Amino acid sequence: MSVHTSTETETVARVLGEATRRHFGGPATIEALSRQSGGASRQTWSFDAVVNGERHALILRRDPPAQGKTERERAIAVDRATEFRVLRAAHAAGVLAPEPLFELTPQDGLGDAYVMRRVGGIAIARKLLRDPPYEAARGRIAGQLGGILARIHATDRATLPPLVRREAADHIAELRRSLDALGQPQPVFELALSWLDRRKPAPLDRPVLVHGDYRTGNYLVDETGVTTILDWELAHLGDPVEDLGWLCVKSWRFGAIDRPAGGFGSREELWAAYERAGGGSVDPVRAHWWEVFGTVHWGIICLNQAWKHLSGSIKSMEHASIGRRAVETEVDLLQLLKQGA
Amino acid sequence: MAQDRPTAAELLAAIADFLRDEATPALDRTEPRLGFQMRVAVNSLAILEREVRLGPAADAREHERLVGLLGREAPLAELNRELARQLRTGERDEADAALMAHLEATIADKIAIANPKWR
Repeated sequence: MSVHTSTETETVARVLGEATRRHFGGPATIEALSRQSGGASRQTWSFDAVVNGERHALILRRDPPAQGKTERERAIAVDRATEFRVLRAAHAAGVLAPEPLFELTPQDGLGDAYVMRRVGGIAIARKLLRDPPYEAARGRIAGQLGGILARIHATDRATLPPLVRREAADHIAELRRSLDALGQPQPVFELALSWLDRRKPAPLDRPVLVHGDYRTGNYLVDETGVTTILDWELAHLGDPVEDLGWLCVKSWRFGAIDRPAGGFGSREELWAAYERAGGGSVDPVRAHWWEVFGTVHWGIICLNQAWKHLSGSIKSMEHASIGRRAVETEVDLLQLLKQGA
Repeated sequence: MAQDRPTAAELLAAIADFLRDEATPALDRTEPRLGFQMRVAVNSLAILEREVRLGPAADAREHERLVGLLGREAPLAELNRELARQLRTGERDEADAALMAHLEATIADKIAIANPKWR
């Protein structure tokens, strides 16, 4: 992870002061500015803007100009401008998503960036799954996630920016390309991708807005339950069941392996809430297919994370070490393929 | 020439113990972000310790199984490339019991090194 200098923080503070003044129409003071997470390429900053005595809790999402994005990230992730428009459409459709406020301009010099409202809650699975304050919330999360997802999938496509359409076959081809680029033979992933290829669901007549990274760790929770859905950068058009399958991938249960819905409930609970909230009826075979797909997908992401370090695009022990997590998904895949032949 | 003790595994275990029990708590008090990174490092050292101890025998078993499965002798990486190719083209699939037994055994050895607690 790159260390950000105080100069970078000062620059960001100055630009945010100017941009929030433009947006709110009054002089703004920037307080409590701090970098949250992410690598050098995709940054999240938290800050408060005090305008006319009113305090606004805000988040800056920012891709600095030309900073170590891998080929694959450029290929599958949307840019910040598109993410902003997806968020605006989803928020307007009543999805629990952060309210996007304004985009920064090229003249601001921070790269591809926008500002949204900050929502309370935490995303840390370990705490959500075990800490006492979240006791009551734990029982609600699976159902809430099903309900929210139905709303995401119901977002009116006419309100969305142009998005890539990605069907099962496209995903399989993309992962095979990714394995070829890594150049290291992966028999279990090859087996799983061929299994998936032979059983792939037919493309839908009407693809929907797919969140693309709907999982524990990417939503915030407070004592009352889910407060907002984050991380929209993998949004695309496709099969709604993709999001349901991804949420149930074992890696997102963070040890609560007997509760497939993100570590908080059963698949059936999740699907029932999804259907009650107006989502289509969930075909268990299709859901299993997407869960298997999600498991291979995460395994190959692990290898890709390590590759970012190995290729020199970023220098990070943390990224390097994720490569050794790929085998966890190989264990899970052999298990899953036995279950649903 | 053989090195004196500690063995590689013993030395890695000693380093991991020190970093986990002494360095990490100190970092947590002063630099929590580095404390987190240190946990990642300690975890990686534990993987290396198991790999040094268990890796060579696991690789030998995998190689022997692959020679039997593919019916020819070649370096491990080359045999895995061939197996991966056959799996992509569909020449072999999950209906092949010998294949599945090989993969189960290989992944069991891999996870025993990378994360023995995974289930």
